[in-house]
Amino acid sequence: MTTRSTILLTIQKIGAAYGRDIASLDDDVVLVDSGLDSLCFAVVVAHLEDELGLDPLSSVARFPVTIGDFIKLYENSAKQ
Amino acid sequence: MKIQPSNSLTLGEFLKHSGRAADGIISGANGCVGFKEIVEGTCFQDNSVSFCGRSVLLATPDQLTTALALVKLDGLANRVVLCPHDTDPQHFKSIISDAQIDTVVCGENFSDVASLGLPIGRAHSTVDSQNPVPIGRRRTEWVLLSSGTTGSPKLVLHDLASLISPIMQTTKAVNSVVWATFYDIRRYGGLQIFLRAIVGRCSMILSHAGEAVGAHLARLKQHGVTYVSGTPSHWRRVLMSGAANTISPVYVRLSGEIVDQNILDALHATYPGAAISHAYASTEAGVGFNVIDGKEGFPATLIDGHDPNADVVMKVEDGSLRIRSKRTASRYLGDDQPSLMSPDGFVDTGDLVDLRGDRYYFIGRRGSVINVGGLKVHPEEVEMVINKHPAVQKSLVRGRRNPITGALVVADILPKQRAQLSNLNNNPELLAEDILNRCRAVLPKHKVPAKVRFVSQLDVSATGKLVRDHE
Repeated sequence: MTTRSTILLTIQKIGAAYGRDIASLDDDVVLVDSGLDSLCFAVVVAHLEDELGLDPLSSVARFPVTIGDFIKLYENSAKQ
Repeated sequence: MKIQPSNSLTLGEFLKHSGRAADGIISGANGCVGFKEIVEGTCFQDNSVSFCGRSVLLATPDQLTTALALVKLDGLANRVVLCPHDTDPQHFKSIISDAQIDTVVCGENFSDVASLGLPIGRAHSTVDSQNPVPIGRRRTEWVLLSSGTTGSPKLVLHDLASLISPIMQTTKAVNSVVWATFYDIRRYGGLQIFLRAIVGRCSMILSHAGEAVGAHLARLKQHGVTYVSGTPSHWRRVLMSGAANTISPVYVRLSGEIVDQNILDALHATYPGAAISHAYASTEAGVGFNVIDGKEGFPATLIDGHDPNADVVMKVEDGSLRIRSKRTASRYLGDDQPSLMSPDGFVDTGDLVDLRGDRYYFIGRRGSVINVGGLKVHPEEVEMVINKHPAVQKSLVRGRRNPITGALVVADILPKQRAQLSNLNNNPELLAEDILNRCRAVLPKHKVPAKVRFVSQLDVSATGKLVRDHE
């Protein structure tokens, strides 16, 4: 499974578990408009840390705004 | 009746004696009221319920109604208990008993309080100028709710003097200041900002539960907000909204959670012209200090170079920060409550600090309390829910660091022996989901474990207690 598909699947899974309506997860969708509140987003990040072994948000210089930014952050982190 | 000292004003008097009273407003998501209207009118529906000398449970749905009611009740009521909108109605009975409440103030919908058997005063988010309520002079007790180990809130007793003690010395009435906070003003962090606005006679723009970040920021822009406060979690959400530059604050304040260098740097990059500070405060200890040098942690001189006669005296003992000041709460209400401070007047904040070079850094909490985006969670109350599951022998709930909310709740669960298990237990994923569903049914969502892990043993100390490590 690619980093992208893991991220998208995790967002859908956590969104469903927390009863959130998740928007269509296109790259230009703004994260805070995706349907995830702060808590859900935090849970997504924790699950991704376990599944991908990556925690790029802990040292990010610029916080991601869109789904595309978010995925790119993980993809770039995976390359390092 | 306890009368305020002559140099000590009530909230209503702060507004009444303000030369600028006519200019200021308090604004919520659905309305806006001017200081002059607040002073001269009332938000209460009728005069049939008296608040004079009463002990009042203030359980209004929105913050604007709370703000309007507070201005009237301070000086009039004997005691006011502030209930945030997410207070579980099942706790009302214990709050009423512990705080000796004899009157309730609610909004239009009073179904949650109708069965309590107390006089009910209904309040609006608008002001009726034909039905004025006089401004009182009584020294009203203010009670804030703090999380407790059993799930029932602890009642923390302040008065206006302790609450505004950090403000009097630092706030000047500046015409251009318009305050906003992402907090709920019924919690200590938000209340501090509300009081800064009232004491400084500045307008205040309130937050609203569930409001989208973009809409909230647009509202702040509309009112020309200049001073903005929130937790690091609030600010991360603003930075991730793509709309952070909707506002141009000159002062950005963080509190309520450990502040890391990452969020300070990101805020500085987004608002290069703003003064960015982070304050240390808790409901029990009050405001300890404010750090303005743009760095995480705080200078060791605040501890080591202190003047024992200063307004705030701090020390580190057994690794945790202790504070003695006029800003601390006086005690917990209710029977059999622990003392809030040591005999020499220090409140143990439970926040562990580590000295590295010339700075102290926050490293976590003693007693395993978990801070999820500024909301405290006691592991024991979550464990009680998990342990009721028929397939669970024991559980250990702990915090896990998180770059979005500071920490999350996670659980290690020791299932019962295979012989005692139902079919569910043979499928760990299904069992985890079943346990989490039970948690979701009875706990606020920030207390529901973000992850569960099944373990084959949990360490128990010689005294039979679970061994709790903090990260």
